[in-house]
Amino acid sequence: MADVALQPTGAHSFEPPLFGTYSKKVGMWLFILSDSLTFGALLFAYTYGRISNPNWPTPFNSGSIVNATVMTGFLLTSSLTMVLAVAAATRGNRQGTIGWLVATMVCGLMFVILHAREWGHLFEEGMTPMKNPWGAPQFGGTFFTLTGLHMLHVTIGVIYLGVITVGQMRNKFTANDVEVSGLYWHFVDLVWMFIFPMVYLMSTRIV
Amino acid sequence: MEPPNELALEAEAIEAERHHSKTQFFVVWGGLLVLTAIEVVLAYQNMQPVKMLVILMGLSLFKAALIIAYFMHLKFEVPRMKVLLMASLVICLCLMNVFFPDALRVVELGVK
Repeated sequence: MADVALQPTGAHSFEPPLFGTYSKKVGMWLFILSDSLTFGALLFAYTYGRISNPNWPTPFNSGSIVNATVMTGFLLTSSLTMVLAVAAATRGNRQGTIGWLVATMVCGLMFVILHAREWGHLFEEGMTPMKNPWGAPQFGGTFFTLTGLHMLHVTIGVIYLGVITVGQMRNKFTANDVEVSGLYWHFVDLVWMFIFPMVYLMSTRIV
Repeated sequence: MEPPNELALEAEAIEAERHHSKTQFFVVWGGLLVLTAIEVVLAYQNMQPVKMLVILMGLSLFKAALIIAYFMHLKFEVPRMKVLLMASLVICLCLMNVFFPDALRVVELGVK
């Protein structure tokens, strides 16, 4: 048998990817697609309950709405810092990337702290996943499931960004890894853009 | 050397387009904050729940589109990726709408 090795002849010798990008990014998009359906199902279930129950609770006073609006501001700002981290990583600016990633994590942590405080207030008022003092009992279950799953995603996102930041400090990860983590973070922000109006703004206590 | 094929040229063109200015990100961020403020104001307008839901969802979908297009860079991906991802997501989410007529029926029946 002839002993022949094929040598690459140039940059375009290999077939380029079908989606014009690297496989990690396509993998993250597929994960986001599946997770969107999980959140979608929970949001649809919440909305079904909201529409079909005339006595759906409206427990969120102006203090809660201000708190949730500030939380939204933190998440939106974290998306901006994340996209700036990706831009810095693409340019090869390692210090800039680390700085913006840390800023994103701080915003994410602020979101979690404010959210935990909001949960604390609701517990104090007698709301649990099983009951609440205001109306339809299923409000607590759907509220805590939806916001709890989202808070878990934010917490995992902060840890994920922490790993990427440490990797950047050690020069271990590439700009692609920062971009993929950014996709996850933006998705978390994206989901909140639906939870905030559907859960908080649709249950505002107007006095 | 072999000439680059169509897929490679397309990927290179899209990669070049992705290196846009930071100003665009700040404009999108500002837009998202303004839309959030509009939503909060609407929440205090004492509307019918279904009407408010439709308006808030319209604004949320617009915000989601901005995030997906600019922050998640989908606008700068190849067309087949955009179409495949968004079409499958939209179809699946639209199918879930099948439950809403039942929610309205429960209200009309006056179930306590």
